[in-house]
Amino acid sequence: MVGPSGAGKTMLLRLLNRLEVPTAGEVSYRGRPLDELDPLALRREVGMVFQRPAPFPGTVRDNLLVADPDAGEDELVAALRSAGLEARFLDRSADELSGGESQRMCLARTLVTQPAALLMDEPTSALDPDVRRRLEHTARRLADDGRPLVWVTHDLDQCARLADAVVVMIAGGVATGEDRDRFLAGDSETGGDDDEDDDEDEEARRG
Amino acid sequence: MDSSAIGWSGLALSLTLVAVAVGLSLWRGLRLEKDMLWATGRALVQLLAVGYLLVFVVDPDTPVAWAWVWVVVMVGVASLTARRRAPEVPGILGLTLAATSTSAALSLFVVFGLGVYPVVGRAVVPIAGMMIGNSIGSIVVACRRVIGEMADHRAEVEARLALGQPWQDASKPFVRVALRTAMTSQIENTKAVGLVFLPGAMTGLILAGADPVDAVLVQAAIMYLILGCVATNVVIIGLGLSRRLFTPDHRLVRLARAAA
Repeated sequence: MVGPSGAGKTMLLRLLNRLEVPTAGEVSYRGRPLDELDPLALRREVGMVFQRPAPFPGTVRDNLLVADPDAGEDELVAALRSAGLEARFLDRSADELSGGESQRMCLARTLVTQPAALLMDEPTSALDPDVRRRLEHTARRLADDGRPLVWVTHDLDQCARLADAVVVMIAGGVATGEDRDRFLAGDSETGGDDDEDDDEDEEARRG
Repeated sequence: MDSSAIGWSGLALSLTLVAVAVGLSLWRGLRLEKDMLWATGRALVQLLAVGYLLVFVVDPDTPVAWAWVWVVVMVGVASLTARRRAPEVPGILGLTLAATSTSAALSLFVVFGLGVYPVVGRAVVPIAGMMIGNSIGSIVVACRRVIGEMADHRAEVEARLALGQPWQDASKPFVRVALRTAMTSQIENTKAVGLVFLPGAMTGLILAGADPVDAVLVQAAIMYLILGCVATNVVIIGLGLSRRLFTPDHRLVRLARAAA
């Protein structure tokens, strides 16, 4: 999902995870409206990774156990591996991780809930280009393993590298036809890969 | 008890210091003179009104029911005061009503139910007043802290919600911090009492000619009661307010930060 900042990408993702509810219209998951589903079960079914990592206090293990207190060691290690971290990270303190490691830990934390689909909100916007590429590979692999993944970005290059299907959002709606083509062709000056407008997105969702 | 009455002339003399304050305000151009005079006059009128009502309520011939009416009015006024001081807190009026009436009921039960004091207007009104008066501050602080913690850690709370945690679990670490902070100041007050300041009840008793050790016993009992009241208030606020900050479908509502 791609679009200029302030287009409502984050809002749409939050609607999908039911951190927001629509004032009009309806969100459905596999054909069923979200308000008919148990919100907590839905959030575990459709995992969310936020733009900025939000590590909890304690070790990486403590963080992963928040997602599932009954998870065994094997499951924790498997979640870490899928997120591109090695088992030795389990005993590291969560607030001593680098930005990229922290974001991977948040991804691993979400994977512990065994989600059927993943929502990722500009997960690389605070990361170095190098680390960014590695997280893209991780996401690509997760998607190839059969886990549908909605990845939000305002970076057209990243979109071209990653996406199987592209939704363009402009000014709070899904853009189609000419608007969509023009945006994807990079005619708009908002297609850059800088991070400075992330805060505007944040503003937009706080209303 | 003669030495404890200062009379109208004594009161008039204490106004000298108000005159000094007004003079300082004029000299430094603070423009607070009118406000000071208004506050001075208002305090006197309010206290006199209360004084004459108290004369009626503490009269042994007055039915003690009037003292309980007074307590109910105090609970109501306390709730309105808390709402005025923290208008950004959703539903603060109901929360304060619940908290002050519970804590007042508990402390009054200990004092009167267990027979520390006889149930007379002279004891009911001042003790209830002290409990409820101290409750307001702790309630406002608890509200502000709960909302502040939740706003400061919004990302973390939502990350927990997004992992499928119910709001009770997602908010628990932050409510805990807020309640600890709100309770700590009363614990510190209890520790420091007597070292730095002599609290009001004790000062009043000593001025009125009571034996200082008797005054200390009363004050200590009051401090313990206040500590219990504060703890009760803070916990009720913590439980009640945190549920108002989440929707039934486990979303964190938008939070307005306090102006001050």
